Amino acid sequence: MESSKLKREKDSQISDELNELRMESSELKKAKDSPISDESYRRSSFPDEVLERVISLLNSHRDRSSVSLVCKDWYNMERWSRTHVFIGNCYSVSPEIVARRFPKIRSVTLKGKPRFSDFNLVPQNWGADVHAWLVVFAAKYPFLEELRLKRMTISDASLEFLASSFPNFKALSLLSCDGFSTNGLAAIATHCKNLTELDIQENDIDDKGGGWLSCFPESFTSLEVLNFANVTSDINFDALERLIGRCKSMRVLKVNRSVSLEQLQRLLANAPQLTELGTGSFSQELTPRQYEDLESVFNNCKNIHTLSGLWEVKGLYLPALYPVSTHLTFLNLSYAVLQSDELAKLLVHCPQLKRLWVLDTVEDKGLEAVGSNCPLLEELRVFPADPFDEEIVYGVTEAGFVAVSYGCPRLHYVLYFCRQMTNAGVATVVRNCPDFTHFRLCIMTPGQPDYLTNEPMDEAFGAVVKTCRKLQRLSVSGYLTDLTFEYIGRYAKNLETLSVAFAGSSDWGMQCVLAGCPKLRKLEIRDCPFGNAALLSGLEKYESMRSLWMSACNVTMNGCRLLAREMPRLNVEVMKEEGSDDDGRADKVYVYRSIAGRRRDAPSSVLTL
Amino acid sequence: MSTPLEHDYIGLTESSSMERSSDKISSSSSSSSTHPIEDKPSKTAKDTCLNLKETELRLGLPGSQSPERKVSLFGKDLESNNDKSNGLSVSPLKNLVSGAKRGFSDAIDGSNGKWVFPMNGKSDVELAKGAALPSPRGGLDSKSNPQQARVSVPAMKEVGGIPQSPKPVQDKKNPVPPSNDHATAPAAKAQVVGWPPIRSFRKNTMASNLAKNSEDAAGCLYVKVSMDGAPYLRKVDLKTYKNYMELSSALEKMFSCFTIGQCSSNGLPVRDGLSESRLMDLLHGSEYVLTYEDKDGDWMLVGDVPWEMFTDSCKRLRIMKGSEAIGLAPRAMEKCKSQN
Repeated sequence: MESSKLKREKDSQISDELNELRMESSELKKAKDSPISDESYRRSSFPDEVLERVISLLNSHRDRSSVSLVCKDWYNMERWSRTHVFIGNCYSVSPEIVARRFPKIRSVTLKGKPRFSDFNLVPQNWGADVHAWLVVFAAKYPFLEELRLKRMTISDASLEFLASSFPNFKALSLLSCDGFSTNGLAAIATHCKNLTELDIQENDIDDKGGGWLSCFPESFTSLEVLNFANVTSDINFDALERLIGRCKSMRVLKVNRSVSLEQLQRLLANAPQLTELGTGSFSQELTPRQYEDLESVFNNCKNIHTLSGLWEVKGLYLPALYPVSTHLTFLNLSYAVLQSDELAKLLVHCPQLKRLWVLDTVEDKGLEAVGSNCPLLEELRVFPADPFDEEIVYGVTEAGFVAVSYGCPRLHYVLYFCRQMTNAGVATVVRNCPDFTHFRLCIMTPGQPDYLTNEPMDEAFGAVVKTCRKLQRLSVSGYLTDLTFEYIGRYAKNLETLSVAFAGSSDWGMQCVLAGCPKLRKLEIRDCPFGNAALLSGLEKYESMRSLWMSACNVTMNGCRLLAREMPRLNVEVMKEEGSDDDGRADKVYVYRSIAGRRRDAPSSVLTL
Repeated sequence: MSTPLEHDYIGLTESSSMERSSDKISSSSSSSSTHPIEDKPSKTAKDTCLNLKETELRLGLPGSQSPERKVSLFGKDLESNNDKSNGLSVSPLKNLVSGAKRGFSDAIDGSNGKWVFPMNGKSDVELAKGAALPSPRGGLDSKSNPQQARVSVPAMKEVGGIPQSPKPVQDKKNPVPPSNDHATAPAAKAQVVGWPPIRSFRKNTMASNLAKNSEDAAGCLYVKVSMDGAPYLRKVDLKTYKNYMELSSALEKMFSCFTIGQCSSNGLPVRDGLSESRLMDLLHGSEYVLTYEDKDGDWMLVGDVPWEMFTDSCKRLRIMKGSEAIGLAPRAMEKCKSQN
């Protein structure tokens, strides 16, 4: 096959790239220390063809990265067989470098801005524009099939370019992106004849109307995944109905709220094969006959295991879902304003639930129902319905959290927004559910202590890290001293992502984390009293991490300059505020490793030191 | 004809109900939520007696005034009576800015200039103001932070979590328009940029979701309202009201011409418990009771269930003479059926 080509391949940059293109993991350091030579790692006893075949079966990018570090042959085999590349930080590498290393890519996942851009902490024009990537891909990967972007900027022009440059293009997924309008979607619909997936989620879209949906040609039948819940304007329902009718392989359909219940019923009548459904508005006034039709159509959809949408839900109509709810494994009610009793009634019919997202309007009582009815639950997310109204005092509390933990021992992922919490509550939760991998607790008032004892919430997170040995992701909140971070550094040995806000007492806290968490990849900090000493204590660490974000802390420009000077392979970016001086506080600092050098597209407000 | 004062269908003017945040009654349109007034469990389960009070639906809030008149409907005194002793003091709360309720607010350049992030019109640019936030900005001295955090905590605690007082029933309508007025906020608890960490799409969606729910774009719900002794019936669109209070005010306005000036006393003693107080008042010979026929055909007392549930199940309303409503359920049912 290509084994002769592989042997001929002589890339002098390989050893550099070998070391630096580690996407994850601290093996980077080991690789640097043990130089790889051709002779000592002669071909293994497998014929190349076998090895290639085996390697080509690997899907996980981490496995592939590990494989590529073994020896030059394996590196080459891996790179030629890789079809999907995951780039966690678009600025850590350049499209040219990627294209040079991986000639056969068909699927790309790219992430851009720092996560805090979701919360408006990153200036609008910061960067992460995908266009430069598309241009390179058009040249090097003309057969590109899939593009998944997260927190990237993509313009309509880029979407048009995408639509016309890749004849085999199949799947587009945009999550938390910005820069485009529905015109761009129209271009995709019009030109991508082989499109199987269009997944538009939680983006900042310039919504110019729903006409884009009508752009799918009548001859177009390949769509399998369509998620346009994010694009809220009215679409032409007839066009949608015809589209669904002719796309017989459609398995995921998530409509927007302009689609009424009656319309939903008509869609489902033609698509009983769906496995994931996002409804539109769930509140139309239905005649009894219409309600029956709705019930019966749900009865026919035996394959639905994921349900979302339910905008403006009318509790009264939830029973129509019962035929479907028995098979549900993922129920996303995070846009459905439900009260506790409504949720409770529904959950009785959802015994198989593994993932549940709800609004805090269901309150503790609703969460008790979760605990009672969903023993298989693995993931729970509770979002606040009205997070900015301080006068609201309902919502969920430690009581609900504890109730869930008693009923759902398999719980390992939680995102919990609440207005009050106690150390004891959290300790109980993790005692009941020791397998947490993702623990994200947001006590919505910054710096709030245990509301019963008035103590810091240190012991809560201490309990989490001590008990949950598999913890990968942690978000802390409430009033926290350095003790929390001591605990984290001491116990959270598998921690990869840590988010901190309004917490800590001194540099020591951050130092503990940097020194103690060997697997840390992403650290994001805002409004904490960590300064230069803390920043600089992680000098060596940052190269093994994807990125560090610090905003509204005590870091100064000089501290950042020092970091940049000491660590040339890191990009140290400071987002300046207007009117701030060059030697003062560095308000927003973003540090990331890169083999692409400093980026050239930074706006004037972003300084790379 | 009733006088502007003391128009009272039931005759109760209670000083009891420890309602909370009673100032919120006004009908600021879009901001109300779908959260009905309902029986919410006490957060601490400490004070069941308080709980009962909390379950009293606010058909007339203490402190709430029926426009232009002092009215007591359905057993609730609309005059503010004690502030109910819930650690939650009302005033600081209501002066808090809820600038970003709808996901948008102005960037304020306040005294603490550093907090301004002009984000070109993106939603949720808010300002953290002053000492309320435990932020290191207050001084470069990191030691001061715990101080700051501490200092601001009690205030926040009140807002964020009310330990002792089961504060469940909320009126989510906030008459305070998104404003930047911090002047009266003792705790100066202003919004922080990007906090809590919610994506814009969700913020904007929830804002419009709540607005939509309250306006109910889905339609209107006209039900007949009859009043015993009145020569003709009226119709009201239940969707135009967000809670019982509004409904009762509207009804009272609508039917005021029909009442036979038997305005009753205001001096009835305070009672605990919802139905108890009503019943007692009825027995004392008060005027009218508002009832409704639900989907099952049963005649129910208005006010027991959350507002949303009520609007979902109400088919018609009847303002029943108190004297007929005694022994409530069976008697009322017979009577109504015969009249139907």
